Amino acid sequence: MSACVTVYVPADAGALSLGADRVAGALSAGALSRGRNVELIRNGSRGLYWLEPLIEVVTPAGRVAYGPVSAADVPRLLDAGLLDGAPHALRLGDIESLDWLRSQQRLTGARLGIVNPASIDDYIAHGGYVGLSIALALPPLEVVKIITESGLRGRGGAAFPTGIKWQTVHDQRAAQKYIACNADEGDSGTFSDRMLMEGDPFSLIEGMTIAARAVGANRGYIYLRVEYPHAARALARALAAARERGYLGENIAGSGFGFDISVRLGAGAYICGEETSMLESLEGRRGEVRVRPPLPAIKGLFGQPTVVNNVVTLATVPVVLAKGARFYQEFGVGRSRGTIPLQLAGNVKRGGLIERAFGLTVNQLVYDYGGGSATGRPVRAVQIGGPLGAYLPESEFDTPLEYEALAAKSALLGHGGVVVFDDSVDMAQMARYALEFCALESCGKCTPCRIGSTRGVELVDRILVNNGSRAADLELLDELCDTMFNGSLCGLGGMTPFPVRSAMKHFRNDFERKGDIPS
Amino acid sequence: MDAAVHRHGAESGPLLEILHAVQNELGCVPAEAVAPIADALNLSRAEVHGVVSFYHHFRAAAPGHYLVQLCRAEACQSMNSRATEARAKELLGVDFGATTPDGRVTLEAVYCLGNCACAPSIMVNGDLHGRVTPERFAELAAEWGPRS
Repeated sequence: MSACVTVYVPADAGALSLGADRVAGALSAGALSRGRNVELIRNGSRGLYWLEPLIEVVTPAGRVAYGPVSAADVPRLLDAGLLDGAPHALRLGDIESLDWLRSQQRLTGARLGIVNPASIDDYIAHGGYVGLSIALALPPLEVVKIITESGLRGRGGAAFPTGIKWQTVHDQRAAQKYIACNADEGDSGTFSDRMLMEGDPFSLIEGMTIAARAVGANRGYIYLRVEYPHAARALARALAAARERGYLGENIAGSGFGFDISVRLGAGAYICGEETSMLESLEGRRGEVRVRPPLPAIKGLFGQPTVVNNVVTLATVPVVLAKGARFYQEFGVGRSRGTIPLQLAGNVKRGGLIERAFGLTVNQLVYDYGGGSATGRPVRAVQIGGPLGAYLPESEFDTPLEYEALAAKSALLGHGGVVVFDDSVDMAQMARYALEFCALESCGKCTPCRIGSTRGVELVDRILVNNGSRAADLELLDELCDTMFNGSLCGLGGMTPFPVRSAMKHFRNDFERKGDIPS
Repeated sequence: MDAAVHRHGAESGPLLEILHAVQNELGCVPAEAVAPIADALNLSRAEVHGVVSFYHHFRAAAPGHYLVQLCRAEACQSMNSRATEARAKELLGVDFGATTPDGRVTLEAVYCLGNCACAPSIMVNGDLHGRVTPERFAELAAEWGPRS
């Protein structure tokens, strides 16, 4: 056998959904039959989903990428000299020299697609656990201060300053405190949590450990949605490795500080992404929202002070510690500091993960990165921030993707997902769907959400049939949105009006053009 | 049931963990499971039933050999998942939440599988598939679909 060649074939769920396992199988078999010795590493995805499955061959000149590769391509690729990085129509060369990737500022996702997510050594070799070693050498309050100064805000959607939350938990006197990671990434159009957990799980584990050290917690939970079985496996493997190497457990890295993490699976309830209902679910109950106050930071999981942060937020903590608050907060605009992993999805030619400093406009994202719609038809709208996010028409695509600029347009950044729609979209149907989804996922605790959503679906239906009351019904729908917005206990009922009202405002014709069509 | 309670009973807030363990074993959380779990955790049957029925994931009857979960969320809709949905229902002859008469396939609606840059997506027994056009659905279903 010849010298062993290392080949990276992603095991990211998205890459698998496009046949990455079959590619890996074909590579192993093809190499064997050609007398070549190959070591396959199953990395995460770099987030260029239109090129997945994207494989990389390690050559003396560096990593050479090929994609998108199907299992059927593999024999011809091998014959063309894939294992030596030889030319081929699918050869992309050094993937990091592609503008799409080179123009990004990957801090949180710096290791995505690069490291072997099963190897803690690889994590450490790529800068992992530098942040924790710095945190362990500092008084806990100093760690909180660094996070506060970095300007990091919660990336789950609420954008609350992380340092202030940590400070509150730090300041509580309690025998038991918790770190609860919200990995219930339920927003359509978002997948950055999933990519991180699958492709760089140790960054989340390290971030949670730093949080625990900062606030004085010794127990952590990752509340993971059940729709993410691949992430569950990646996390289980990484947690075991971290424990084995003393990065979790009673005496972390010989510091005397103890902390451990368990994964708890959700059960298919979107509402459990709301932090108080997530806590209810973690305690084994129906995921109904809690009335705040008290804040979870004061009375959270099992009644104890709890840091609730999203995966991206916690996975960003290590780089903030490692490189410093000033380094991190120099990225971004206004009060949106640092970088945001945007997820470009839906009807778009080049979708995937784009991590940049805040401030990129929708136009830049959809056209420069995305290359327009996948279908080739004109882009008509984007929905930003998941099912509770507003729809923006093309005339507003110059809006920068940062918290305050979007809020000024009655829109929100949420968890950073941007879903592209071409001109075949029926916005009245999308408004109806938003209300239908709210009805389906409402926890039922408050009336505006539980009843309002169902009445809203009926209203949209009546508007579309138009039995003569359309003008009054449109007004009524707007009033209903007002009630839901002001009267709901949490964001599900309170924010469903964003997609509905933005659809009514920007795409009024879709509600009016279908007059006289019998149901 | 006893094993699940035994394994998770000592954890804090163990009910969801127990329900997951039962469903992993039996394919569902049958109505008969409610009373013994309630007894073991010192909860009322209403409390346990309330939790089981709250979560979409827990089902009262075991699914077919193939559980086909089709995403209905916005990103998939933007890539015309409604056409895939129609094709799936036509091909399988069942609506969401139902199992084919031969017991082979259960069709379920889900809301986001986190594969939104490769929409539309479906999951079959935990395996994720992307860019599932109606034609692609028919190709995939050739492996597990109803036998005519």
